[in-house]
Amino acid sequence: MEIEVVAFGIAKDIIKGKQVSISLSDNFTVGEARKKLSEQYPDFSKLTSLRFAVNADYVQDDYVLNPKDEVVLIPPVSGG
Amino acid sequence: MEDIFITNDRLDSKACTETVTYPGAGGIVVFVGTVRNQTKGKTVKHLEFESYEKMALKEMQKIADEATERWSLYKMVIHHRLGLVPIEEEAVVIACSSAHRKEAFEACQYAIDTLKETVPIWKKEVFEDGEVWVSAHP
Repeated sequence: MEIEVVAFGIAKDIIKGKQVSISLSDNFTVGEARKKLSEQYPDFSKLTSLRFAVNADYVQDDYVLNPKDEVVLIPPVSGG
Repeated sequence: MEDIFITNDRLDSKACTETVTYPGAGGIVVFVGTVRNQTKGKTVKHLEFESYEKMALKEMQKIADEATERWSLYKMVIHHRLGLVPIEEEAVVIACSSAHRKEAFEACQYAIDTLKETVPIWKKEVFEDGEVWVSAHP
């Protein structure tokens, strides 16, 4: 399946765009998506942290992705 | 009562103070985060903020709910500005009221500390010779 991943902040600079499409076999987890993205974009490993949000909530690496999910990369936040 | 808001326009901390004013309140605490003109000795021209707005509002709401419940607040306001914010202007305003000052101080501190950890808003410092996403790298 194809998953569209949306980026904000420095994650946008790393993927050089607003979103990236990654192909995964069915029932892939966020952890596996993370691994795939880090291989494709080694600069992610330089960040202090990289969290994932699905449908506007933080999720852990064991979350199983669904093609309908809204997946967003959350690099270290710095509001305030 | 909670008032959660993200905007590209200027914030108004005075209006936020009025919003949390309440007859039963004996204490109002307002935190205003303003744009500083330097970081580690380097001159900052301005800041630029962006957010994953849908989630940012949700996380800000969670903070206000938790703070209101834990410290028995009367009211809490969390306003955050996005886009280009010039030096000295307000980037964030958190205001809350409670019966006594201790609760309001603690709730306000909790709200700004948690906002900085969980709310998906990103700040870029713009210098004369470049720009940096704050906190991105160790």
